Amino acid sequence: MVPLNWYIMLSAVMFSIGVFGFLARRNLIVMFISLELMLNSVNISLIAFSHYLQSMNGQILVFFVIVVAAAEAAIGLAILIAYYKNNPTIKVDEINLLKG
Amino acid sequence: MIYTLIPLLPFLSFIIIILLGRNFIRDKAHFIAIPAVATSFLLAISAFMEVSNGKVINIDVYSWIVSGDFNVSFGFLIDQLTAIMLLVVTSIGTLIFIYSVGYMHGDSGYYRFFAYLSLFIFSMLILVMGNNFLMMYFGWEAVGLCSYFLIGFWFHKKSAGDAGKKAFIVNRFGDFGFGLGVILIFLTFGSLEFTQVFGQAGILAGQTINFLGTEVDLATMICLLLFCGAVGKSAQIPLHVWLPDAMEGPTPVSALIHAATMVTAGVFMVARCNPLFIMSPVAMNTVAIVGGVTAILAATIALVQNDIKRVIAYSTVSQLGYMFLALGVGAFSAGIFHLYTHAYFKALLFLASGSVIHALHDEQDMRNMGGLKKYMPTTYKVFVIATLSITGIPFLSGFFSKDEILWKAYQHGDLGKFLWFLGTVAALLTAFYSWRLIYMTFHGKFRGTPEQEKHLHESPPIITVPLWCLAIGAIFAGYVGIPPIFVEHGDKIGEFLAPVLGHSEGHGTHAEEYFVIFASIFVALAGWFVAHIMYVKKTDLPQKLGTMFAPVHKLLYNKYWIDELYSKTLIQPMLKASEKVILGFFDKIVIEGIVNGVPAVIASFSQGIRKVQTGLLSNYGLVMALGALCFVGYLIFMG
Repeated sequence: MVPLNWYIMLSAVMFSIGVFGFLARRNLIVMFISLELMLNSVNISLIAFSHYLQSMNGQILVFFVIVVAAAEAAIGLAILIAYYKNNPTIKVDEINLLKG
Repeated sequence: MIYTLIPLLPFLSFIIIILLGRNFIRDKAHFIAIPAVATSFLLAISAFMEVSNGKVINIDVYSWIVSGDFNVSFGFLIDQLTAIMLLVVTSIGTLIFIYSVGYMHGDSGYYRFFAYLSLFIFSMLILVMGNNFLMMYFGWEAVGLCSYFLIGFWFHKKSAGDAGKKAFIVNRFGDFGFGLGVILIFLTFGSLEFTQVFGQAGILAGQTINFLGTEVDLATMICLLLFCGAVGKSAQIPLHVWLPDAMEGPTPVSALIHAATMVTAGVFMVARCNPLFIMSPVAMNTVAIVGGVTAILAATIALVQNDIKRVIAYSTVSQLGYMFLALGVGAFSAGIFHLYTHAYFKALLFLASGSVIHALHDEQDMRNMGGLKKYMPTTYKVFVIATLSITGIPFLSGFFSKDEILWKAYQHGDLGKFLWFLGTVAALLTAFYSWRLIYMTFHGKFRGTPEQEKHLHESPPIITVPLWCLAIGAIFAGYVGIPPIFVEHGDKIGEFLAPVLGHSEGHGTHAEEYFVIFASIFVALAGWFVAHIMYVKKTDLPQKLGTMFAPVHKLLYNKYWIDELYSKTLIQPMLKASEKVILGFFDKIVIEGIVNGVPAVIASFSQGIRKVQTGLLSNYGLVMALGALCFVGYLIFMG
């Protein structure tokens, strides 16, 4: 039986890696992956709590998160492709059209 | 109430013509306008019949303004005074509408002309029929507006546009006083209804009002303010400058508005307010003196003018002066009597001169006329009739009314004697310039171009028939006011108006009255005689006299330089001030300062904040992560 703490720690480590990847990398695809990593770390902690508390609510929430993540990935990638068609780059440093 | 239709019909005619004129009615506008005003005329006759046996019609059509103590109704008062005005306005209006069909034929603004004329008739009828001061004020301003439209009718001519503006602006000076007078009446009496105000006119006695720190008699204050309006509207000195310029308008307009009806509105108003004016001897004397001085000054200017319509315009100013002279000496009915006879012979003079101008293709300078008698016999005949009437040749209408005024003035103490003298001298001058006009226009040789001479012709019947109708008026209109010295109960119009205007009691002897009458007949003939010598017998005499008295001639020819004086003292400083202060300071600095300043402040503020918006995804992410961290940290450590 793996104790709850381990799951929480795994989740925290995954989340931190995701945050770091999101902030440090300049490649949009990698930033997307980091984003998914953060979402999934949250999923892990939700499932762990759900199992620990013997309540199904957390697991239901996870499905919502997965659906939202899928939709977000689809839209995000679509935007990315559309952008790439106009400006052939996926480096975020060069994507600064909204600069004030 | 059937008499509501009197002003309503011309108004409907205006609405129809102005809405449908351009596309549908065009040169058939008179088929709507003339029946409307003619029906008003018939209704006016019926109203006249109804009030002639002493009845007064006073009806409120509806409540116009209700605001606390301030109640004004849209209502009509038809008494003897109004009835006479109604007859004058609608009868002359009808004739001039018919005349305009011929005169304005082929003008591109034909429908517009009839629309404005109808609007004018409506406004004038409101002015004379209103039963309170606000309706009178409404009509007063509306006739001014129509006058502006019609003076500037040929707006493509710059001089016409300028003349329209001049008339409008000069009238503002007078109307400002009139407006203040109406307000002061409301403050004093708490009402604007004529019947209520005049009913309690007695309370004015001895009341004073603080004006710029000095106590002024209230009745004098009210009357002088009202008289300000009359001075502007009726072109009395010093606000007479607009009327001669108003001759830029089409001639029927000059006849209807600037001779017969609108300019007499001031006389009507003072007569209407006679219960107020008799409370203030100061105001009465002011009215009389302004009238007398105007009568003589305008007559002297008319002596040397060369534009046919300007001579008649100055003659109008002078005759209006006579009317005010009569009002000022307390002879209100004599003033209204002269208003009524003057309307006919002056409208006739204008329309006849319009016939001349028409025949000469818009030539107005008398130096280029002459010898028209044989080409235009009808016009010549009616012109002579009108001139005989205005100069006061016995047994034409002008004789009776002018004589009435002079006789009433003569009986009015020392001031009256002086005014009588002014009036008699003005009559001499009137006779001279009127005959001068006839001799220069109709006698001698034609002095225009041969091209013009080829086209000389008598005007068509649509023009001459109204002329004859007015000529009948110019001869017989005065028979309602034969002096009692000739015929027992001759002064019918005075008795008719007595319920409204009261009797002016004189105490002169018959011998004095004959003296006044023969003096005025003598000056009329003397003026005629001098004009005959100067312009028929010895035609080089005017030239000689002009050079002999060059300064006087120059002074009169330039109209006492009053226009130039106003230009120097009022108009130029005003233009300068508005350029420097209004444009230079207020518009350029204050208004533009606000308009440009507010965006500049916002822009400089946003210059700072816009730096935050880097457009870099990672920066936003970092800020978001730090924000989340702070939030969580707060929950953990502080919560």
